[in-house]
Amino acid sequence: MSFDRDEPASGKLIRKEMGKIKILVLVKQVTDTRQTLDNVFGASGVINRDSLPAVFNPEDLNALEVALSLRETVGGEVVLVSMGPARAAELIREGISRGADSGVVLCDRRFAGADTLATSHALAQAARKIGADVIFAGRQSIDGDTGHVGAQVAQQLGMPQITYAESVAISADGRLKVVRRLSDGTQTVLSTLPAVVTVSGSAKPCRPCNVHRMLRFRKTEVKMWSAEDLQGDSSRYGSAGSPTRVIASVKYESPERVGERFEDSPEDIDRLCKQLMEKHLID
Amino acid sequence: MGNILIYCDTEGGRICDGGLELLTKGRFLASRLGFSLNALVVGHGVRQFARQLHLYGAEKVFYADDERLKEYLTLPYCRIATVLAQRLSPEIFLFGATDLGRDLAPRVAAELKTGITADCTSLEVGDYVDKEGNLYRDLLYQIRPSFVANQLTTIVSPVCRPQMASIREGVMKMEPLAEAVGGEDVELDAGALLQEDDFRVEVVERHDVAREVDLKSANVIVAGGYGVGSRENFKMLDRLADVLGGQTGATRAAVDAGYADGCRMIGQTGLTVAPKLYFAFGISGQVQHTVGMSRSEVVVSVNSDPYAPIHKIADYAIVGDMMSVARRLIQTINQNRH
Repeated sequence: MSFDRDEPASGKLIRKEMGKIKILVLVKQVTDTRQTLDNVFGASGVINRDSLPAVFNPEDLNALEVALSLRETVGGEVVLVSMGPARAAELIREGISRGADSGVVLCDRRFAGADTLATSHALAQAARKIGADVIFAGRQSIDGDTGHVGAQVAQQLGMPQITYAESVAISADGRLKVVRRLSDGTQTVLSTLPAVVTVSGSAKPCRPCNVHRMLRFRKTEVKMWSAEDLQGDSSRYGSAGSPTRVIASVKYESPERVGERFEDSPEDIDRLCKQLMEKHLID
Repeated sequence: MGNILIYCDTEGGRICDGGLELLTKGRFLASRLGFSLNALVVGHGVRQFARQLHLYGAEKVFYADDERLKEYLTLPYCRIATVLAQRLSPEIFLFGATDLGRDLAPRVAAELKTGITADCTSLEVGDYVDKEGNLYRDLLYQIRPSFVANQLTTIVSPVCRPQMASIREGVMKMEPLAEAVGGEDVELDAGALLQEDDFRVEVVERHDVAREVDLKSANVIVAGGYGVGSRENFKMLDRLADVLGGQTGATRAAVDAGYADGCRMIGQTGLTVAPKLYFAFGISGQVQHTVGMSRSEVVVSVNSDPYAPIHKIADYAIVGDMMSVARRLIQTINQNRH
């Protein structure tokens, strides 16, 4: 790496002499909803959410891997930040077993009921307190599916955001070099630090837990931060700081169609094919 | 008078369908609420699109035209959208839930310190009473599938403005007016608004993949769910799709299980399609999938479970072993052709 480019107008370059950089990874413990989407629960469709396991949000693991690889390249410290109930400490321990240096859970009743704006406010306050040079997060969580938090954390910190990242490297001039996976191809961008990068599921999978680290950090205390610890404007946390309200969740009724029934028999399938041909749906 | 603002995305020298769909929906919202309807388009050489946007009902078309805006970058686009929203104070501000919209909209919402709902599948107008009994009239109901199977969630932003949402492409109708609304085109002075700081991220390379998989324009889609059981079994669906001159699609669970590639995903987190003929193999029929295919002309469901919900939304329901049915369909079609 050569670091002899002039400092750009705004933002920092990664330079050897800058010492350890602080790499934050925003992580979330989620209900494993992936298995509920199809046949698994059969026709009744009843899902008991509490019975489902709490897991590391899949794309947050991709983000953690990017962070760990970056630390290997430039040195530095990987710190996990999660907002959630006390049991999210499990998630932090898992992340540490996979190679992160430390982690903190933002855990306070006052954070409860937060929509994406209030969530990102708390996460941004934590990032300020820790002092992040670069922040990674999964593209979106599987239980919220909004993909908002990365962008909104970036906004609140005044950092640029780079979404849908598939790989992250350091360019010759000391900028982050990110390949983004878009629906119609890929795009490579360069960005100064600090920056927020959200990582897509198509990125490299996370390394597994290291058994020695697992044993060593099995019972390690995980820091818990409250609204006081984060300071800032307490009216911007939790449900008080959330502009949105969920007013109803109703069972979705698909528009029903008159379904003619067929069996898996030569006669039935032949009859079906003839009908589809008559309607010029197949030719 | 209140107003509604629609962000219209461009791609390859044209306005994306999503923006036109939102303008179409916006006309109904505007007339229901007595608001005016305006559009925003950002890029380079974008003034030419104003006429088309008027034809879809935009009264005023705001545009920011600058060479530096040729390629989408979050920060400069966000600045333009934020400044305009601050100037117009719209009641409602909508984006398409495309790559661009999903990157831009949440940041604009955070700039404006307002709420936003991602990936809506429908928008309605209704009232809301909060816990204290305060009544809020004529709010935008932002409706999206929840992560709990077969549940739709309605979200409102009672106090903060604008009410913001990103809306999936393809879920709403796109209808031009018979005649363009006479309106004004208003240029936003990008040169004065943009700051050097907005260009901290630089695009250095781009690889467009000519989509080999073009699900959106396929006449026939043969889709498989988690129930298909393996990548191997999916090949049978590929064969059927080949015979029908169609494409293979998949549910998210099938993609997550590694049976099919992500570019084939249909549903809430994938594509919305409306082919002439849709086969659903081993798909139970949860809303997360059906929102992406319910506008198909004819649906054929194949599931060994006679009570699977997918059969209820199918025009033809086949109860039987999927692989056997697929094999038989291939055979029968080939025979009938000869």
